[in-house]
Amino acid sequence: MSHIITPAPIRRAVEVKVPPARAFAIFTAEASRWWLKSHSISATKSPIKDVVIEPRVGGRWFERGEDGSECQWGQVLAWEPPPTEKSQGRLLLGWQINADFKYDPSLLTEVELRFTPAGSGTLVELEHRLIERMGERGVGMRDAFTRGWGLLLESFTQHAT
Amino acid sequence: MTYATAALTALGDPTRREIFERLATKPRSVSELARDLPVSRPAVSQHLRHLKEAGLVTDHAEGTRRVYRIDPAGLGALRQWLDRFWDDALAAFKAEADKEAEE
Repeated sequence: MSHIITPAPIRRAVEVKVPPARAFAIFTAEASRWWLKSHSISATKSPIKDVVIEPRVGGRWFERGEDGSECQWGQVLAWEPPPTEKSQGRLLLGWQINADFKYDPSLLTEVELRFTPAGSGTLVELEHRLIERMGERGVGMRDAFTRGWGLLLESFTQHAT
Repeated sequence: MTYATAALTALGDPTRREIFERLATKPRSVSELARDLPVSRPAVSQHLRHLKEAGLVTDHAEGTRRVYRIDPAGLGALRQWLDRFWDDALAAFKAEADKEAEE
């Protein structure tokens, strides 16, 4: 059996009342305004002060604690802000936090955000995909399985899809 | 909280892993699993409970039997954690964006 079927990505959609260019800016440049303080990955106990998404491909995505410590989450893979106030935009982030809650540059899962005009507001769609890679990495580090997560996932997802 | 821990712990036991892999090929009842494995029925039930708590399998009644299958929702604990994470994040984002629109 060699079916390769990946687990379904996480998909979410919300409609917001601001046009795409503002929605994109709030999501990125102004992330510190709304990002939940409890959504901290950092190992230090310092609360989140800022969430930073550097505005360019290759830019870092990280949190900065009130004590000034930085904890990287990943990187910007695609940076496509809406060219006009009411046109489409897209953001692709690499989420590189592993199952042990640590930044791991060799792990790459993708979080894609699409900003589409909807009436006077914006439809914001999120897809977090390739999450099965976290399982592979988590197990690799723990060396918990003899046969590996890959095999498990393969049989798992054949039937889950 | 480490989101994959529950699933990893549940699959750390070789018998549990064996059960999980058998369920991956097709849904089975407790007695079917017990018949094919060198462990007692109560032991199989116990392992299934662990797998269920870790979000890796689900069960449903078929007549008088309880049939187990792998959880089609995804990667169990890991997915649950990420689902919740993004629900919360997008709700906070929406609240902030809508507040601005109403100002």
